Amino acid sequence: MPESYWREYLYYPGCSLHSTSKSYDESARAVGQALGAKFVELSDWNCCGATAYMGIKELTAFTVSARNLALAEQRGKEIVAPCSGCYVGLNKANNYLKEFPEVHKKVNAALSEGGLEYKGTVKVRHLLDVFTHDVGYEKVKQFVTKPLEGLKVGCYYGCQIVRPRNEIDDPECPETMEMLMKACGAAPVDFALKAFCCGGSLMGTEEDIGLRLVKNLLHSAFRSGIKVLVTPCPLCQMNVDAYQKRAGRKYGMEFDIPILFFTQIIGLALGIEPKKLGIGREIISAHEVLKPYI
Amino acid sequence: MTRRPDIQREGDMDLSFLDEVRVVPGGEKIVDCIQCGTCSGSCPTSYLMEDSPRDLFYKIRAGLRNEVLKSPDIWLCTSCYMCYVRCPKNIKVTDIMYALKRISSKERFSLQWRGYHLAKSFMSVVNRDGRNNETELLLRFFLKTKPFGLIRNSLIGLKLWLRGRMPMMPHRIKEIKKFRAIMAKAESLSTM
Ligand code: SF4
Ligand code: SF4
Repeated sequence: MPESYWREYLYYPGCSLHSTSKSYDESARAVGQALGAKFVELSDWNCCGATAYMGIKELTAFTVSARNLALAEQRGKEIVAPCSGCYVGLNKANNYLKEFPEVHKKVNAALSEGGLEYKGTVKVRHLLDVFTHDVGYEKVKQFVTKPLEGLKVGCYYGCQIVRPRNEIDDPECPETMEMLMKACGAAPVDFALKAFCCGGSLMGTEEDIGLRLVKNLLHSAFRSGIKVLVTPCPLCQMNVDAYQKRAGRKYGMEFDIPILFFTQIIGLALGIEPKKLGIGREIISAHEVLKPYI
Repeated sequence: MTRRPDIQREGDMDLSFLDEVRVVPGGEKIVDCIQCGTCSGSCPTSYLMEDSPRDLFYKIRAGLRNEVLKSPDIWLCTSCYMCYVRCPKNIKVTDIMYALKRISSKERFSLQWRGYHLAKSFMSVVNRDGRNNETELLLRFFLKTKPFGLIRNSLIGLKLWLRGRMPMMPHRIKEIKKFRAIMAKAESLSTM
């Protein structure tokens, strides 16, 4: 057994990981444990605000995020968010409070109503960042017991994990997930739209736009010979999984490309039982594609 | 270039609109826009917009307040940040799109846009519980905007529920009283 990486993080699941993206929660925790990244759930966390608050009232958007940052600051550890939306929301609040002291002051005035204060010392991380830059590809490789040889996996990043600019990866042509997939023995396949938008919440408000964007993505993945997609974002997973058939019907195409969370694939390579990784919760079943590896 | 009838005289322009946008964090750089169109060309939804980000930006600077705020295109921004990373003048385009959503949501125009209602429904669930509940959010949103959407999406909902992905019970955080006090205070301090 190789020596495991050891570090404790404050785990911020966010609302999606408790509902539509349960499999992300299950697999993130299982993989973290297997690699030695200890995830302690931030107690009594609240919603990050997503993209909704920012479109209505700015100060409430920063405050709703900042309550989480204040709770994390009391614990003195880095926050790790698996959801790209949460990551952007928390990170944005964190950066803006630094850049605009007058906003920071108001946020603290609001927080004090609940007996909290945020000084500004917390670092917000994304799960993909932790697995690639803290744990590292080499370490992951050492723990792989079932290399996923020949698995043609497409890495779908979506938007909010690489943009706006951050330390994780290139904003338009990221490749950290491909490196992780390689470490797992799989054969990542590049595709043109890997960092393009899935439509986000527009799938609810303007379905035609959402379906068109999902169709474009799937078409691009299909033409590259991709058999399964992986993503670090709950909303991307949801749109590409639940609306895949509808998008195909609308454009007279037939798609059958399962989309999983990147942690589910890593978990398989680490020899973790599929059920513990939430495999089977996807609507477009990954069973056929993963059969040789289970 | 043909002159727009609505900006024939300087006196018709609402120049304070530019200031409204300029004071939001990240909005100050809008005056640097060179109208290159990189933002619009990079935008996944601009193909449907009458006023893409570039158009909105010149209209802001021309003081066409109502025309901008009435535009449904503001609510077609998905916050993908592609414009933001590509703008050669480092303008935080996405943040300005957010600011436009905020300014327009104070006006009555926004009541007709579904994006506005989704955001409002989301906020009322979270302000009450501290967390979002996707099932309730979608119910609220569809009932308000397009009840037919509920029927249309019920099969997807069922499939999610069968896979344990659609919880029915809302979850309330423990310190909900303090949370609500914090949010109420933020609301009262907020200028936009
Ligand atoms: S990319 Fe930047 S400079 Fe070019 S039109 Fe858009 S906002 Fe203006
Ligand atoms: S952030 Fe909004 S305006 Fe900018 S490219 Fe994306 S959808 Fe278009």
